[in-house]
Amino acid sequence: MRRGRLLGIYTIVYLVFLFAPIALLPIFAFNDAAIIAFPLAGFSTRWFERLWTTPALHQALQNSLFIATVTAVLATLLGTCAARAASMARFPGKRAALGFIMLPIALPEIVIAVALLIVIRQVFDLPLTNWSVIAAHTLICVPFSIAILNGAFAALDPSLEEAAMDLGESRWSAFRLVTLPLVMPGIVSSLLICFIISMDDFVLAQFLTGANPTLPVYIYSLTRFVDSLPLIMALGTILVTLSLTLLVIAEWFRRRGAARAGLKTSGGLL
Amino acid sequence: MTALIELKGIHKHYGDYHALRGIDLEIRKGEFFSLLGPSGCGKTTLLRTIAGFEAPSQGTLRIDGRDMQGVPANLRPTNMVFQSYAIFPHLSVAQNVAFGLRRDPRPREQKARAVADALEMVGLGGYGGRAAHALSGGQRQRVALARALILQPKVLLLDEPLSALDKKMRETMQVELIKLQRNVGITFILVTHDQEEALIMSDRIAVMFEGEIAQMADPETLYRRPNSRRVASFIGKMNFLEGRVDEAGERILVDVAGLGRGEVSPEQAPAGATPGPTTFGVRPETLSIVYPGEEPQGRVAPGIVDEVVYYGDMTYYDVRIEGVAEPLTISMKNLMGRPVLDVGTPVGVIWDEKSLVVLSR
Amino acid sequence: MGILDASPRVRAAALTAPPFLYTLLLLAFPLGAVILISFMTQQGVALDTTFTTANYQRIATEPIFGALIGRSLLVASLVTLVTVVLAYPVAYYVSFHVRPERKALWLFIITIPFWTSYLIRVFLWRIILGFNGVVNTALVSLGIVDEPLTFILYNLNSVIITLAHAYAVFAILPIYVALEKIDRSLLEAAQDLGENRLTTFLRVTLPLSIPGVVGALLIVFIPVIGDYVTPELMGGPGGRVAANMIQIQFLQLNNWPLGAALALVVMMVVGLVAALFGLVFFRWLRRRA
Repeated sequence: MRRGRLLGIYTIVYLVFLFAPIALLPIFAFNDAAIIAFPLAGFSTRWFERLWTTPALHQALQNSLFIATVTAVLATLLGTCAARAASMARFPGKRAALGFIMLPIALPEIVIAVALLIVIRQVFDLPLTNWSVIAAHTLICVPFSIAILNGAFAALDPSLEEAAMDLGESRWSAFRLVTLPLVMPGIVSSLLICFIISMDDFVLAQFLTGANPTLPVYIYSLTRFVDSLPLIMALGTILVTLSLTLLVIAEWFRRRGAARAGLKTSGGLL
Repeated sequence: MTALIELKGIHKHYGDYHALRGIDLEIRKGEFFSLLGPSGCGKTTLLRTIAGFEAPSQGTLRIDGRDMQGVPANLRPTNMVFQSYAIFPHLSVAQNVAFGLRRDPRPREQKARAVADALEMVGLGGYGGRAAHALSGGQRQRVALARALILQPKVLLLDEPLSALDKKMRETMQVELIKLQRNVGITFILVTHDQEEALIMSDRIAVMFEGEIAQMADPETLYRRPNSRRVASFIGKMNFLEGRVDEAGERILVDVAGLGRGEVSPEQAPAGATPGPTTFGVRPETLSIVYPGEEPQGRVAPGIVDEVVYYGDMTYYDVRIEGVAEPLTISMKNLMGRPVLDVGTPVGVIWDEKSLVVLSR
Repeated sequence: MGILDASPRVRAAALTAPPFLYTLLLLAFPLGAVILISFMTQQGVALDTTFTTANYQRIATEPIFGALIGRSLLVASLVTLVTVVLAYPVAYYVSFHVRPERKALWLFIITIPFWTSYLIRVFLWRIILGFNGVVNTALVSLGIVDEPLTFILYNLNSVIITLAHAYAVFAILPIYVALEKIDRSLLEAAQDLGENRLTTFLRVTLPLSIPGVVGALLIVFIPVIGDYVTPELMGGPGGRVAANMIQIQFLQLNNWPLGAALALVVMMVVGLVAALFGLVFFRWLRRRA
């Protein structure tokens, strides 16, 4: 199959294109030189050590972790409501309402950032805090959460919950004993994905962050100093490792959920 | 025997759609009752109304004398075997069967014994530790039965329980369900679209079309004396003949086009008979062919073989008869010495007025 | 009777309410505020609330705005085209040449770069394409060029490369989904009816995957046109686009009404492009039907 082979070669080249930047990250993070360029100067962990002794970075990391955690919980809660509703009976305007909830994914982030900034500062004259960032991140994470959880809820046989009720459970305990355990992998997966999205977001954070920047905003501020580039590489290495770990866990949970529901897995996280 | 389940004037609307149109029904204690009909006839809606998953728009439902209005599914003395079986995939077989015992005050060991007994009863002894999603279709069905029966419901509701099984398995389970029902003595209500299944298993059958019960009777009556052309064609194979009722007083005198005159009993007209044009039904097995060399017994009409379908044990012949609009289908056992006739063979068709049924128009 | 005992419709509606209200409060209402403020003017630190179309007039008359919006459109269109064209064969390969049990793993691998910090990916492209970067070092040491290339960083090329990388997954997934939906027996039927592999692709596979391609085009175009980070960091001196101007109006020049008006104009342009696209696609669908 010549055609298949050509396509295969192209796909490999494309994957190299996709992964090349990330592969470079650790190379320069452990490189013993302040200038990011070849040839390499030798192995060093000094950039990681400097990360360890930068208080501003720790403050930013703390902010980001707080924002990402709260965002993940809020977005998953709202996403669960919507995904569950999507798998239930139809009511007038249901499609429109659910479509509207997915809208933030179809808008440029800068528009959302601008809109929230105006409301918070001009309309309500409130200060910008971590909570303004959380509000924005939750808004853009809900559609992702719904996309993940829709699969989990749609795969459920609706008669499972009815069977539980038929066997004596109330509606709430039927949900708790049957539906919740079955969609739990999807919920965990949604929590992790929303966490990653919030940790990574720069645009909304740049507009809405308060006195204390988030991690990406802090990283961006570092770019003005050429000698801090290796520092960014070291930080990036840590972040990518963290993202990858969470991603693998999320995917593992998603697949376990599918296996539990007796389904064949297909498709990725989106 | 008293009625265990009473439905009076049950209606169900979904927006503009009128799913149930005035259902009146009484189901006796210990009965194996079937709701039979094509898809969309409302039989599943009716079952789900009894289970408590649908609230009727109008009418009353009593179970064991108690009005079920406002009683949720979990508090009704009914249990259900779902079409998909709804086996909880995250639980083991034993945990599935024990699901409804959560609020049961008995000590743990007694419950475990009850679970083991229930599994034994459905032929799954020793399967308790298995993961539910690893079961075959037939095994899932047995787990669903054990899970429902362990709660000793007054009524067991079965929603197309055999439709997901292959033919062999279906036949096995039909027999097992009948035996099980006789052993436990619980009232079974079965929803099915398979007329053969309903005939084999039920004490009584309600045939439903478009949200209404068209006829309710025991299997034999339903088969022999369907009250309408629709019921007749839904259950088994039926030949339809045009003709008229000449007299409908003490004696019912009829004239069947192409076959001739005769007299029928009142039982042969379950929907009543009025003088005038009417449709008659006659089952293929109540007609017979005169083979070459055989002496005809009874009334014979001459015809020509139009189509032959060979089934192994049986052969179905379509025979064209002068004056009869459609060829009559006749089923003949392939007894020893009987040849399979060729298309075009002239034959005699034996018929009897006692096997006619007068159908409402 | 609580909400749990209500009819399924009511319960579904009650569950939809929290996320719906959240989106209403934090998206629809703020967008209304953007529209309102875009008809006001900034007077020093204060906001003049008298209704005026001055901001829109400025955007329409001052050439800088037109140029920026034009550049935004150009960059976004080029990026979208490049991304989708490059992504199609990959989606095709995964859908048609990867064994079914391996597909999930392939998709997972393809999505990995998407989940790593966007900002850091942009920096990495600077390193790869820079004067002393990976590409130049490699080219010089291999003797292919004598001097490091300068045309690969701080211009349109580097912006396109970076963005095509950033939004690759957005293009691959919708196309893949559309390709997966194609009944494989249709392809066998086409070959049975005398088409070869290429004509089968052109007459069956490609037309059936068009919905996925359209989805991919839109899903890449929309975020790209709002992206100001990559043009800022990779585009060099003349590389700025309309989104940069919005960001500057809000975070540096403090002229929010003008920024809001510009944001709305950009949104309208996005809407217009999407509508145009939808129209063409709809026509195409109708012609086939």
